[in-house]
Amino acid sequence: MAHIDLGVDETEFPGVRGPLKYRPVTGKPMLELAETLLRGPLSLPTADRELIAAYVSGLNECTYCCSAHSAFAAALLDEGMPLVEQVRTDLDSAPVSAKLRALLHIAGAVQRSGRSVTPELVKTARTEGATDEEIHDTILIAAAFCMVNRYVDGLGTFAPTDPKFYDETARRVISVGYRNTV
Amino acid sequence: MLLGQARSAGSPSGFTLERSGSIHYVQSSTRITIDFDIEESDPIAHIDLGVNETEFPGIRGPLRFRPETGGPLLELVEVLLRRPHPLSPGERELIAAYVSGRNECTYCCAAHSAYAAAQLDEGMALVDQVRADPDHAPISTKLRALLRIAAAVQVSGREVTTELVEAARTKGATDLEIHDTVLIAAAFCMFNRYVDGLGTLPAGDPGWYAQASEHIARSGYRQVV
Repeated sequence: MAHIDLGVDETEFPGVRGPLKYRPVTGKPMLELAETLLRGPLSLPTADRELIAAYVSGLNECTYCCSAHSAFAAALLDEGMPLVEQVRTDLDSAPVSAKLRALLHIAGAVQRSGRSVTPELVKTARTEGATDEEIHDTILIAAAFCMVNRYVDGLGTFAPTDPKFYDETARRVISVGYRNTV
Repeated sequence: MLLGQARSAGSPSGFTLERSGSIHYVQSSTRITIDFDIEESDPIAHIDLGVNETEFPGIRGPLRFRPETGGPLLELVEVLLRRPHPLSPGERELIAAYVSGRNECTYCCAAHSAYAAAQLDEGMALVDQVRADPDHAPISTKLRALLRIAAAVQVSGREVTTELVEAARTKGATDLEIHDTVLIAAAFCMFNRYVDGLGTLPAGDPGWYAQASEHIARSGYRQVV
């Protein structure tokens, strides 16, 4: 049970969905931000962006967000959940491109603190082919999940344990997007 | 300006522009030397934000760089900090300043401290007291309890305990006030990381923040960039 009365059945609206319904006036710009960052027409592939979201949510130990975005990333990646789990457990040996690895290292720094992002981390990403836009988007995705993870856990929301829930949510998000998920 | 001078003197090409040094070239058999020392710095941030960062410090560069994410970010901050609410705008800005201070984000902390001070009767003296020692600052017991929740959120969402929430509720906080405190604190954990993760430049002149606070009090956040 959440710390406050969200006015919904939390098993039906778990994780961030309860708070988004509770306060639509803040929910709307948050969903708009998620839609643009994770699904909008940016140069990083959608799967890579979901992977960044899952990776940061894992570092923040946010069960709901990490399970959800891992499922979304897995559904979009040819290599599926095994790759998501490899990235989350051992980024340095996971079979991802050098560019994506460098961007994930930036995301990991952002998760600790914005001040942990060094010129060296940025330079490495650039050397591996990342553009200024891709570096920007990686930083903002990582920062945004530092917000969403705290929102979800700070309110003590319910996180389903059945992986089927997240697979179904992934199908819905991939077909209709974030704006229509609550 | 330097390039303009050099070009008007004969369109020399093939030199590399550095921050300071000399340019030599020959025109009509005369060797010409221009010494230069560029005061105005190159982009400071980790990426080229496409703006003069002294004119658009902190978050303003990134908001202009990517307007498609800047729009919802400004909408969120406008709703969280300025929309009519049982917590006054000054109190909500104080939560933002407090969390930004804990995240050591120079730009956000200076900006929201100034915005809080402008909207609180006790001004910057109270903001400084809250940031230094919230347990003894002269604020309501409700706001103190909410700041404790914000401090927990700054560390991790998982740090917010039933006890912290109960304490706030005992001091009169409603579900809505608890919700918005958690989300303001969480949102500034995003903004602080966005601003510092990109290595943006804070405003150099403390007067800039006071000026910005007048503008925001008048026109709100949606119009800042």
